[in-house]
Amino acid sequence: MAVNAIETEGLRKSYGDLAALSALTLEVPTGELFGLLGPNGAGKSTLIHVLSTLLRPTSGGATVAGHDVLEARDAVRASIGVVFQEPALDEELTARENLDFHGVMYGMSRERRRERVAAALDLVELTARADDLVKTYSGGMKRRLEIARGLVHRPEVLFLDEPTLGLDAQTRRHIWEYVERLNEETSVTVVLTTHYMEEADALCERVGIVDDGRLVELDTPEGLKDRLGGDLVTVSVEGDLAAFRDRLADRVWVSSVEESDGEFRLTVDDGSARVPDLFYDAVDADFDITSVEMREPSLEDVFLDLTGHAIREEEAESRAARMLRARRGRGG
Amino acid sequence: MRGTNLPAIYVLWLREMKRYRRSKSRIVSTLALPFLFLVGFWFGFRSLAMPGVGGVGYLQFLVPGIVGMTMLFAASFGGISVIFDRQFGFLKEILVTPVDRVSIALGRVVGSTTTAAIQGVLLLAISLLLGFRPVSWLGVLPALGFMLLIGATFIGLGLLFASRVNDFQAFNLIFNFVLFPLLFLSGALYPVSNFPVAIRYLTYANPLTYGIDGLRAVLVGASMFPPLLDFLVVGGFALAFVVAGAYAFEGSDVV
Repeated sequence: MAVNAIETEGLRKSYGDLAALSALTLEVPTGELFGLLGPNGAGKSTLIHVLSTLLRPTSGGATVAGHDVLEARDAVRASIGVVFQEPALDEELTARENLDFHGVMYGMSRERRRERVAAALDLVELTARADDLVKTYSGGMKRRLEIARGLVHRPEVLFLDEPTLGLDAQTRRHIWEYVERLNEETSVTVVLTTHYMEEADALCERVGIVDDGRLVELDTPEGLKDRLGGDLVTVSVEGDLAAFRDRLADRVWVSSVEESDGEFRLTVDDGSARVPDLFYDAVDADFDITSVEMREPSLEDVFLDLTGHAIREEEAESRAARMLRARRGRGG
Repeated sequence: MRGTNLPAIYVLWLREMKRYRRSKSRIVSTLALPFLFLVGFWFGFRSLAMPGVGGVGYLQFLVPGIVGMTMLFAASFGGISVIFDRQFGFLKEILVTPVDRVSIALGRVVGSTTTAAIQGVLLLAISLLLGFRPVSWLGVLPALGFMLLIGATFIGLGLLFASRVNDFQAFNLIFNFVLFPLLFLSGALYPVSNFPVAIRYLTYANPLTYGIDGLRAVLVGASMFPPLLDFLVVGGFALAFVVAGAYAFEGSDVV
């Protein structure tokens, strides 16, 4: 088994003038639960399509499970499972038929298919509905079925492209549990894309932040948040604001201050231990602290800090639409 | 050509069979058009003395043509329905497996040929109820062979279209500007000997002409060409279109 499940080197994919991926270099060690975080249209799905051999890169290269995505496409395909962003099930077939079809396509014997299909259905708790047509399934059930299908042939690497897109909160948590459990139990490398901050935070060992076809940053969720230099504290102050400003300037543990109308937004190293100090200051000075709010930074803050914009749907959508047009223009 | 993956071709065929069996409305709707053509033309023209039908009654002349028409529409639809699989995402699931694309295309050809042939046989059965009689029941076997060859030809053509177009609008375009001209230029509904000479040459370039002529030879014993010639020509077209369709499919965009 390769040391790195995924290696990409200067990966580029362009549609005309539009670069969906720009010189993306990335390594994911075997067995990791890895997340790609970014807005829609950032290039995440394009990367999944390149890594799963459905798209050829414009330049650069990549290996998956040690196989080159250009030179050894069949070997790559045999080592991966993919759950695409859009559902890819045959709704006129039952769940079991979908999985059995999949097993035959991967060259599995009848006995092995029977055993693995049953196990996969069990894992996602669809055994009771296994012989119903997929068109009678809910969105969450279809997603679970697709995850099960991605596992039937025991891939080394499982790609999940926005696995919880459009699902309600409860189903989303369910899917997270499945993904976590199977990563632990089967030690399959999982690469998932998402534009949900909580999802990357809750699930992934390491997160790569993707924006505009580039890998902006790559670290553990904690490491990414630590880069912001601490907790975010908002303090409302009345009275001698200048005195409060002076006190803040003396504190080495305050790494940044933003002020507006008596409201101070601070970035504080180890906030829960430091915030009480601010109250001691207020006792012997001529200002009052009327409210304090503290929170740990989220990946949203990290994303904002790194890219200068929030993960917002509308601008991302327009980018995705532009990309689609560029591809249509290219002749289908 | 690399070795083909027989289990994969089989399971792709099996998928088509299951989908076909479960979709009663599709069976009825794809039979409806040829059935309407059959009764419409038969009622309208049965009492006219039409030259060139080869001395058999008009119903006898018409039925092999309508069987050919059924194959034309069912098979083209089967090939082009790859577009549906692409729209509904299932094509990605198929293409991300380690099965080579030629086998995937062949699975589609085998599956859709089978469903188209079932449609053709159903139409033949209906026409027996209307009074059609083959000259010899043994002729039904080679007729089945001609049906399969017509089917393979137009599935290949459908795959060619599907690899070039991506949207459903193209569907109507293809029906109106490809399938109906192919039908009217095949001698399915009336003898091509009635056409002006220039048009007649067009019919000689149409694979369906030979398929239907072959069907007529073996079912009603009247044809323009010797059945062996029909067989060789439509067989050649079938092979060429299946190979072209499979390779076009292999090279087409997935996402």
